[in-house]
This record gives sequence, C-alpha cells and structure tokens, in this order.
Amino acid sequence: MSIKISETLTFECETGNYHTFCPISCVAWLYQKIEDSFFLVVGTKTCGYFLQNALGVMIFAEPRYAMAELEEGDISAQLNDYQELKRLCLQIKKDRNPSVIIWIGTCTTEIIKMDLEGMAPKLENEIEIPIVVARANGLDYAFTQGEDTVLAAMAHRCPEQNFLNNKKQEIKDKKIKDLFSFRFNETEEKNTKFKNNLINKTPLVLFGSLPSTVASQLSLELKRQSIHISGWLPAQRYTDLPVLGNGVYVCGVNPFLSRTATTLMRRRKCKLIGAPFPIGPDGTRAWIEEICSVFGIKTQGLEEREKQVWENLTDYINLVRGKSVFFMGDNLLEISLARFLIRCGMIVYEIGIPYMDKRYQAAELTFLQTTCKKMCLPMPRIVEKPDNYNQIQRMRELQPDLAITGMAHANPLEARGINTKWSVEFTFAQIHGFTNAKDVLELVTRPLRRNNNLENLGWTNLVK
Amino acid sequence: MKLAYWMYAGPAHIGTLRVASSFKNVHAIMHAPLGDDYFNVMRSMLERERDFTPVTASIVDRHVLARGSQEKVVDNISRKDKQERPNLIVLTPTCTSSILQEDLQNFVERASASSDSDIILADVNHYRVNELQAADRTLEQVVRYYLDKARRQGNFSVSLTEKPSANIIGIFTLGFHNQHDCRELKRLLKDLGIEINQVIPEGGFVENLHMLPKAWFNLVPYRETGLMTAKYLEKEFGMSYISTTPMGIVDIANCIRQIQEKINIQYPILLKKKINYEPYIDEQTKFISQAAWFSRSIDCQNLTGKKAVVFGDATHAASITKILACEMGIRVSCAGTYCKHDQEWFKEQVQNFCDEILITDDHTKVGDMIARVEPSAIFGTQMERHIGKRLDIPCGVISSPVHIQNFTLGYRPFLGYEGTNQVADLVYNSFTLGMEDHLLEIFGGHDTKEVITKSLSTDTDLTWSSESLLELNKIPGFVRGKIKRNTEKFARQNGITQITAETMYAAKEALNA
Repeated sequence: MSIKISETLTFECETGNYHTFCPISCVAWLYQKIEDSFFLVVGTKTCGYFLQNALGVMIFAEPRYAMAELEEGDISAQLNDYQELKRLCLQIKKDRNPSVIIWIGTCTTEIIKMDLEGMAPKLENEIEIPIVVARANGLDYAFTQGEDTVLAAMAHRCPEQNFLNNKKQEIKDKKIKDLFSFRFNETEEKNTKFKNNLINKTPLVLFGSLPSTVASQLSLELKRQSIHISGWLPAQRYTDLPVLGNGVYVCGVNPFLSRTATTLMRRRKCKLIGAPFPIGPDGTRAWIEEICSVFGIKTQGLEEREKQVWENLTDYINLVRGKSVFFMGDNLLEISLARFLIRCGMIVYEIGIPYMDKRYQAAELTFLQTTCKKMCLPMPRIVEKPDNYNQIQRMRELQPDLAITGMAHANPLEARGINTKWSVEFTFAQIHGFTNAKDVLELVTRPLRRNNNLENLGWTNLVK
Repeated sequence: MKLAYWMYAGPAHIGTLRVASSFKNVHAIMHAPLGDDYFNVMRSMLERERDFTPVTASIVDRHVLARGSQEKVVDNISRKDKQERPNLIVLTPTCTSSILQEDLQNFVERASASSDSDIILADVNHYRVNELQAADRTLEQVVRYYLDKARRQGNFSVSLTEKPSANIIGIFTLGFHNQHDCRELKRLLKDLGIEINQVIPEGGFVENLHMLPKAWFNLVPYRETGLMTAKYLEKEFGMSYISTTPMGIVDIANCIRQIQEKINIQYPILLKKKINYEPYIDEQTKFISQAAWFSRSIDCQNLTGKKAVVFGDATHAASITKILACEMGIRVSCAGTYCKHDQEWFKEQVQNFCDEILITDDHTKVGDMIARVEPSAIFGTQMERHIGKRLDIPCGVISSPVHIQNFTLGYRPFLGYEGTNQVADLVYNSFTLGMEDHLLEIFGGHDTKEVITKSLSTDTDLTWSSESLLELNKIPGFVRGKIKRNTEKFARQNGITQITAETMYAAKEALNA
C-alpha cells in the first residue's frame, strides 16, 4: 500500500467501519447548555449503558436526562406507546417541571417505527409542556450530529419574526441591497452612522451550542466590529429561543450543523452566512470577516488581534511545527482542526471524517486549501466514512507523530509507540474564538510534551 | 417503558463481548448501528488494554433497514477471517438485530463455507437476559461448541491428568478484580498441590477447550459466570464442580474442604493416599492471613455492632455480608443484590446474617433504603459510593459496576487468603474514616454544611420553615439526619405539614417521653 499526498484536496469514501460515539451523547452537553430542559432518550438498555458509561460522573449529579427504557412489551406493541410516554412525561413534569421535554429517538424507535413526531403535539397539549422530537440515532448519524438533529428540531420552535411581511422589511432589504452594491463607495463611509443603525436592526442569530463563556467571548469579538447578535440557537434557556424569519441572518459556529443550517434556510427562510468556523485564530478571523463583509462592515484591528494571538502561541507552535498528524475521524470537527494545525506548521496526512457536507463546509474547505498553499504544505486526503482497520494499516506505514483518535484505539496505539490525543476532548473543551486557541494547542501538544519528559526511558513500544 | 437513569447490569451483548474478547484469538462481530461499539472504549480504558479490542461492528444503517443486511454480515465475517485469522468469530446480536429479526444463523452458515475460522452466533436475547446471564450462556456455548467438535473429530481424551488438576471457570475481562483473583486462586491451588488444567475464558485458547475434561474438577469462583459451563461439563463428562466462592476465611476453608472431599471420594486410587488439607487451612488462617487475628484485635472490637449495608452482585454481596456478620461482628442491616435472576440463592445465603434483604435493580430504591437505615458504612458498587457521598456515609466498593479506579495496578484480590487481608483493610478503612469524620463534627470542625436531605425520592410533602432549618443546622451532622427523620415522622403522625422549630422540640419531647 503506497500512500501519496496529492496537490489538491482529494475526497475518498471507505466502508464506514469506524468507531465513534452514538449521537445520543449530545444530551450530555445540551442538557447542561439548556438549563430548563429535560432530555428523554427513548431507547433500550444499550443506549442507557452507553450514556451511563460515556458520561461517567455526570450521571450521579441528578442529571436532567433519563432513559425511557423500552421493554419487550413495547417492542411487540403489547403496550400503548402514547400511554407509556404520557405516564413517564407526567412523572418528569412532577419531579423536575422542565420548560421543555426533548425526546431523543433512537435506532429502536426508528426500526419499530414509533411515531414520536405524531405523538408529541398531542401529548404536548395534554401535559402542557412543549415536546421537541429529535431523531439522533446511530442508523443515520455520528456523534456530534446528534446536536444537529436537536437544533434542527428546535429551529421550528423559535418564535416567528412579526414584522416579516410588512413593507418596512422590504424597504430594509432594499436598503441592504443598495448598501451592498455601494460597498466600496465613498458614500458608504459617510453613512457609517446610518449603516450601524441598520446593522443593529438586521438580526443575526448564531447557531451551535457553546458553553456560555465561549458564547459571550464570541459575542464580544463581534461587538468590537459593531455587530450585534440578536440571539443564539440554542439559548441558555428554552424560553429564550431567538426570533427567526425572513430577513434574519444566521451563521454556524460548528462544522457539524448542516441539517440545522438547511432547516434555517428552507423552513425559516433565514439567510445563511457561509464562513469558516471560529476555531483557531485564523478561523476566528475569517469567520468574523465573512460576517462583516455580509453586513458591509470593514473590520477593525482584526489583523493585529490575530497576530497577537499567534505570538502568544509561539511556545506551542515551536513544539508542533513540522510534526505530522493523522485524524482518524469521529466528530466532524476534523476539517477545521486540521486547517488550524496546518497553519501552525503541522503536516496532516489524513483527515478522517464521518460525514462531509461540502456545501455547508464550503468556506472551510476553501480555507483549508488556501492555508495549505500558503504554508507550502501538502494537501491532506479527506476520507469520509473511514475504515479504522485500513487506517491503522496506513498509520503503521506513515508513523505519524500524533494520531487524533477515539478512546477505543488510543491505548493500543500508544502501546505501539504512536502518540495519541483523544478526539472527544475537542468536543468538550473550549476551542472557539481567539481566546481559546491556546486550549486547542494545549490538547494537541499534551502527548508531545509528555513525551519530552519520558523520552529517554526506552519504553516507547510496549507490545510483544 | 421504564424511566431509568442508571442500571447495574448492562445489556446482553456486553456479556457476550466480554467472554469473546477474553479468549485469545477470538473475534466478535456485532450486528449493530454506528456507535454501539462502546465496549471497545470500556475495555481499552478500564482495563488499559494494550491490544486492539477484537470486536468490530457490521454496521446496521438505513440501507440495511431497507434491504436487509444481505451480503454485508457475510462480507464482514470473511474480511475479518482474512485480516486477523482468528480461531473463532462470534457473531453478536444486539437490541437492534433482535427486532430486525434477520436470519443471522443463515449468515453464519454461509460465511462458514468460505472461512477458515469457526463461526458461531451468540445465542442471547437482548430483551430476556442481562449482561451477566449472557456472559454465562456464551461461555457455555463456546465450550459446548468445541467439545462437540472434538467429539465429532474424535480427537479428545477424557483421561485425567496424572496429578490432581482443576479448571478455573469464569475469569474474564472487565470483571471486578478478576485478574488479581485469578492469580490468587492459582496460588491457592498450587499450595494444595493441584495443577491448573485451564483458566477460561481469560487468556484461554478455544483450540485447547477439548482438553477441559482432563481436569479432576472445576472451580467456579463467581456465581454470575461459569455455572452453566460447569453444569454442562458435569452432565456430559461427570466432572464435579465447586461453586463456593473462596472469599472470607470461613468460605475459603469450606471451599478447600470441598476440594479435599471431592478428591478423596472420587480419586483415592489414582493418588494412592488420602489427602488432608486441615493443617494447611489452620496454618493459613491463623498465621498467614491477618484477617483472623484482626478480628480478635482491639481495632475490630470497636466495630462490633456497627451498622452496615451491603449491595452488589450476588457473589460479592453474599460473601461480604457473611464476612461482616460472622468474621467481624458487624451488624448488616440490609443485604441486597441486583441479580434478580439469582435471588433464591442469595436469600438462602444471607438469611441469617442480616436484618433485611433487598432484591432490586432500581438504584433509587437502594438509595432510599440506605437513607432510611443510616448505616455507618456502605459496601456496594460505584452507585452506592455516590449515594454515600451525598449522604455523608463512607463506602467501600465491593462489586461491579465499577470505575477505572477499581482496576488497580497493584495486587488487590478479593479471593483467597490475601483477599481476606484486602477485604479487612477495605472494611476497616471505611469505618475509621467515618469515625474521624464524626469526631470532626463533634468538635465543631466544619459545620457550615447545608441541611442534608437524606432521601432520594420526591414524595415528601412536608415543608420546613426557614427558622426550623436554621435550628436543624445547629444540630451536629452525625445525628442531624436522625433528628430530621424523627421530626418528620412525628409531624406525619400528628398531621402537621409545616415544620417549625416548635414542631422539632415537640418531636424531641415526644420521643424522650
């Protein structure tokens, strides 16, 4: 097997025999994000076992999620789904009184064709708590895509913008159009005040679940460019969901939110800003620039800001420069992370990724390409639906300095002398914006720094 | 449907995978959707495995849903056959394949035609059995398969080994302290002059299973896994088995005496003499193990009559209950297990050693029981440890389900004579920590805690006024729960719903009178 690294981005698709988390794991971070929610996973013991082991200690902290564990009677339809769910949801209402119950459909509900979407509105009326249905199952999705299904379902629940159809809006749209056509015109400069006014009235909603500190960091970055964020999907509370509708601009903060983006565009008539994702200082700058350009704003001090961040990263970059990295692929953050690491001077051999939406990630892919050219580094191959067995064979040949991989392979690879970083940590760590670029490199360099300490002990390879 | 936050025993396929991946050169292929291979993470992380877990998935996705697996499973089996050349491939059904009702047996037969490996379909039903039962079944299935095969090929010998020998059945991956227990059992048998014929499934080769009947007897240390296999071997080959868990001084002696009896009754001619293990038991009990001496020492005297609660799998909960009650004089207020399928045995074992027995797999019931009993220490699973944390009661972990800290690098057997030392340490440390904690509280340590709600259920309809809560907070922590409970009991009896400071005093007086 010979491995060539090509000059252009190459896309491949393998067998899909890879390890990743089940998408129901999204409840872990979403229940914490949406404070007044309750997640009910309608599934079997298998789902429950995964959640309880994957989320470890969180289980013991009275989480706001539970399993509706299907038993044999449910599968063979001896029990009435509706009555059963009603009983459980009333129990939840009594115990926790949430503002919303989110049903997570699983593989089992898909196979037995349980009509969750049909039952939810009826039950919702009966128990007077909104019920959102998201089908985050392993038949269709991988890991972080679970969040995508939940947010897509939630997008339908966001309040409608009221002044949608009146004339004011049309005028406004026209004004924006005018504005864009005169973007580089002198008249624009003179009308700064007017423009700012306008921008503050043009709603911008960001979608993607981020810890609240990261969300406010990003808001602050945009505020510096005098862009005001009118809302987040999801907000800290279900009752604070943002207003959506025709004329609302939306922009994603994570690469795995393609369904949400589609729903926002097609169903809620929002305008999608396609930008690279704010991961790494390069990504953050490109993301802000793209948003600004849509609003016709000239960015201020962004270049210096980016430069400053890079300077602060010098120590880390000295560690990673020239080192090679191999993404096995399991959480869809891979393209953005690879792009950032290439900008740091790393050589990326392969970007494994569960699913590649070339339209939603278009800007990110272009950015990846330009970054490779700029850094004079070879383009990585992008492997969709990878095959872990084949990947391990390739890794044997390539001997990368770092493999970013799931926990199932981390220890065995370490025992064979390949440094690994557990990929799931990137999902749970704070990696967005200028402020957190350091955290990404902190994660990436940890195995490298650890090795500097253990270097001369002579026990790198620990298998017989 | 059942509202569940947590479960003690995992789904069936985990049991099958644990057995399959314990054998050497056996590969399991799960018929499962993406993400169900979480077992690999657990094995790699908890056991800190250096090797890739020999488990892959034949992914069930939309296409499979629409058209059936068709060639996919067969292809995956053949592919794995070529890649890894395993001796055996175990096709493992999951909850998903249970309802898809595909003819997996047919896939197995088709794949067998073109593979060098043996291939079997694990005979487990997701909705009928749990992890432990499935492990028991799968082990029996594998053993049966290879003994049948050997019989067909006529290449197995039933002639016994020259010296007394034993099979140890039921040591496997992700088992609670299984590796250490295995080492301790080997040592014990070696001391008794008994050779180890085979240990299965951990580290065993399926190719060697046909030699199982060469052993003089089988030893099944844990009830959960191995009994089915032992019974099968008894039925087919007349091999006797011992299922007394050698945990605690009394039961170790019982176990050794049973071994002696088996050997002396059945095979005295082969040995040309009768064996007597009594001197060995005496020496070990009195002078090698420290546990017997510990139970006489002043330390242990202080534990007399202290209340404890035990919960875990049937094997460990029963053994620990007996150790606490018989060997240490601790009062076991409640002993319980989540192994509902084995409750008759459990009840029989602990009947005379505890005040009450709890059989449940609902952790809130266990939590409520602990809150009600208010023991000085808990011996349970990781779940009980967390309940203990919440209620300020120390807990020693004695059974699965477990966390990574229960996969110790150091030598920590629970079985055998070294095991008795380990258990004694565990018990003693749990209690002293509790005492220290109370002393701190008595001498006004850090008494700034919020009021403890010593109940996990949500059905309380009593409200405490703010002044009564303040009053409650003044009471030292170690009796606070009791006072709170008594007050609430008093309030209920007298139909009071709002508890004030007056109510508290009234309750106190009523109880003193």
